[in-house]
Amino acid sequence: MHIPDTMLDAKTAAATGLLAAAGLGYALRRCRLDLPQKRIPLLGLTAAFVFAAQMINFPVPGGTSGHLIGSTLVAILLGPSAAVVVMACVLIVQCFLFADGGVTALGANTFNMAIVAMVAGYMVYRLLLGRSDALARRVLAAVVAGWAATMAAAFFCSAELAISGVASWRAILHAMMWWHMLIGVGEGLITALALSALVAARPDLTAVEAPAGFRALSIQGLLVCLAVGALISPWASSKPDGLDRTAQDLNIESPEAAAHIPAPAPDYKMPGFRSEAVATAIAGGVGTLLVFGVGLLAARILAGRKRSVISAAAAP
Amino acid sequence: MRRFSFDQLSHGRSAVHCAPAGLKLAMALGLLLSVVAWRGPAVWFWVIPPILLAVLFAARVPLRAILFRLLLLQPFILGVALLALTGPGGWRAAMMLIARCTLCLAIMLTLATTTPFWRLVGVLRVLHVPSLLVTVLSLMYRYLFLLVEEAHRLRRARASRTLRPATRWNHWRASASTIGHLFIRASDRAERVYDAMRARGWA
Repeated sequence: MHIPDTMLDAKTAAATGLLAAAGLGYALRRCRLDLPQKRIPLLGLTAAFVFAAQMINFPVPGGTSGHLIGSTLVAILLGPSAAVVVMACVLIVQCFLFADGGVTALGANTFNMAIVAMVAGYMVYRLLLGRSDALARRVLAAVVAGWAATMAAAFFCSAELAISGVASWRAILHAMMWWHMLIGVGEGLITALALSALVAARPDLTAVEAPAGFRALSIQGLLVCLAVGALISPWASSKPDGLDRTAQDLNIESPEAAAHIPAPAPDYKMPGFRSEAVATAIAGGVGTLLVFGVGLLAARILAGRKRSVISAAAAP
Repeated sequence: MRRFSFDQLSHGRSAVHCAPAGLKLAMALGLLLSVVAWRGPAVWFWVIPPILLAVLFAARVPLRAILFRLLLLQPFILGVALLALTGPGGWRAAMMLIARCTLCLAIMLTLATTTPFWRLVGVLRVLHVPSLLVTVLSLMYRYLFLLVEEAHRLRRARASRTLRPATRWNHWRASASTIGHLFIRASDRAERVYDAMRARGWA
């Protein structure tokens, strides 16, 4: 899944590069604030561990072999922000030391394999785990999480390739998702087996950590949403949507109605940009930000009310 | 240990190896960007390979190593090229894709075999990349080959204890437990490394 140089066009490389830099910067900040100094060498050793673990091959039906990718395992073992730093380091070393993955695609690769895979895998893991830390449940959650992480990374990888015009969406999605459905099962199984071996040998290393806070989760979610909004919106269908089309067909569209309140970005295009794709991408990004902000506010208010109701009920 | 011997190539003493790492990095990135940005006639195929060959010759890096790694990295490119065959560009686009990707790979491999990685990390430090990232990168590089060797040792030990070829499921479980033990060794080593760093005044 390491995208080489020249496969991505400039706008995709720049957009994913910015997203990866933002995600990595945030993860680094969290690590500096939250991580005890004693754990810093562990990050470096874990990065080296991921690299070494990738060399251990697993026999796959059909005579070939697969290997671990590792972002889910690291997220389970070290927590989400440390996992982003570790996986980013693995990708940087693979890029500069072994030319595995391109320099201009480093942002895209980091975004797919360090950030998207980690967020998807870790979220699924926490959701399935709930509050329990029974071994059977952790193993099961790790299988599904490993699979979900691989699929999410493969989806973003194919989306970036398709947006860059390497081949059609259909062909790329078909090929990539099919293969990674199988590869993901392998990833999930290896993650779960390695986790259960670790728990059996050294339960102290795999203590269940506190779930990521509200802020961390919302920022990571925002990054993924922004990627979808900004990357995919310029390539959305340019035909009018169902409601507009019906209005046109029935001839009930009234131009005066639209003009009462001037829209900030008419027809989802930000004014002032010459390139249509860039204008749409920025409008998509801004729109995603707005919707996300509203959702976050609603979640805060609703969650806050619930808590206050409970505390009011608990008060004498 | 092919990866290990590959990295050894960057520890040479030729004039190319001794040149400032920042300069080499800038030149490699310049060449790379020119290939990535240029969509016109294929001028670069006549300009860049001679430059790379000259650099590799001056650095006395065996071409065989470069060619071997170029082959190793082809599968993903070939897969995507196959998909590109179905696109509007047809086989011309697919061939162009393979050629340009391979050219970029050759540039990066030339950089990797003529510049030790820790010098590149030094360049990052000068560029004010966040110090946590630089620290993790240099620690990773320091222990990378140690852990790879440890993984091989664990595997060899298992192979010498196992007489019959295992069933596939058993093989999976054994390999996964090797990974688990590798992590245990890595984290134990991290504790000792931390103590050693503290003892030498790291704060």
